[in-house]
Amino acid sequence: MGVIRKFKKNFADIFKKMFKKQNARIGIYGPPNAGKTTLANRILRDWTGDAMGSVSHIAHETRRARRREGVTIKTNGSSISLDIIDTPGLATKIDFHEFMEQGMDEAESKRRAKEATEGVIEAVKWLENLDGVILVMDATEDPFTQVNVTVIGNMEARNLPLLIVANKVDLAEASPSTIRDAFPQHPMVSISALEGKNIDTFYEELAKRFG
Amino acid sequence: MQGFQMDLVSEHRLSEMTPVEKVRFIIDEVKSGKILVLEKGLSPEEEASLIEMTMTLIEPDGFSGIEMESYPSEVDTSFIGKLLKKNTLKSRLTVIGPADQLKTLKRDRNMISALISTSK
Repeated sequence: MGVIRKFKKNFADIFKKMFKKQNARIGIYGPPNAGKTTLANRILRDWTGDAMGSVSHIAHETRRARRREGVTIKTNGSSISLDIIDTPGLATKIDFHEFMEQGMDEAESKRRAKEATEGVIEAVKWLENLDGVILVMDATEDPFTQVNVTVIGNMEARNLPLLIVANKVDLAEASPSTIRDAFPQHPMVSISALEGKNIDTFYEELAKRFG
Repeated sequence: MQGFQMDLVSEHRLSEMTPVEKVRFIIDEVKSGKILVLEKGLSPEEEASLIEMTMTLIEPDGFSGIEMESYPSEVDTSFIGKLLKKNTLKSRLTVIGPADQLKTLKRDRNMISALISTSK
C-alpha cells in the first residue's frame, strides 16, 4: 500500500472512530465450497429475516460479491452493526472441464469459468476495502491451502481482525482441531452453518472481534 | 529429451524487482511452462496481486491457472523489524507452476511436497 493511500486509510479510520458514521465492513472469504454463502444466509436469516443468495454443491456458485449493509447483531447485551460482504470463492486456477464433470455442456461450462475468474478478481479487490474478515474453512479439508495462507497473510499485513470459522462440523470426518493447530495465532470457532450448530458462540466471537 | 524446466530464483534477483515486475515475471515464466521456486517468496499483497493477474489470463483450452504454494508467513521478531515497525511479516519460500503440471501432494507449516508432471 502506498504512503498516500495508507495515510488516507488511517485518516478515514480515525474519522470513522470519531463519528461512527459507517458500519464495519466484514468480508466472508474462503475457498470455493467452504460454505461462505450458507453462513451469510444464516447470519441474514437470524438477524434480518432475509437471505443473501443461492447455494450449490457446484463450486463457484457465487460469482459476484454480494453486500448487505447494516446487519445488527445483538449478543450478551451488546449490539454491533456490520456490512456483510459474501465473496466468490478464491482460487488460483479455474478449469471449465470441472463444470462439465457436473453435467453442464461445454458452452455453459466456459461461461461459468469466465464468470468465476471475474468473481475471483472482484474478491481480491474487496480485500483492500474491508475492516475485517471471516475466513470460512471446510473442516473436512486440509486447511493449508494457498487461499487460506494468502487471506490470513493479507489481514496480518494490514493489522485487521480475522475470525476463522471451521465449518461443516456436522460431518463425521470434520476435524476443526486440525485448523486450530494450523493457525493457532488467530481465534477460531467451529460451527455448522447449515444446521446452526454452535452459531451463538460464533455471534459472540463476531461481536468480540469486530464490535 | 523430454522434461520440464525448474528455475530457482534468488532473493537478490527478486529484491531488484518492483511488485508489479515480480508478478509479471512470474506469470510470463509460468505461462511458458516453467516451475519457479522463489527463495524469499512473495508478500501477502503480492500473492493476492498474482491471483488477480492470473485470473485475467485464464483461457479455456489454454492457460487454466497456477498452482502456488507458500508456507504461512512468519512474524519478523528481529530488532530491525521491530524498530521499523513496517511489514513485520517475513515471506518464505514459494513454489509456483502451471496448474496442469504442478500438483501439491501435501503441505504443512514447514514442508511442501509437490508432484511435477511432464504430460499435459
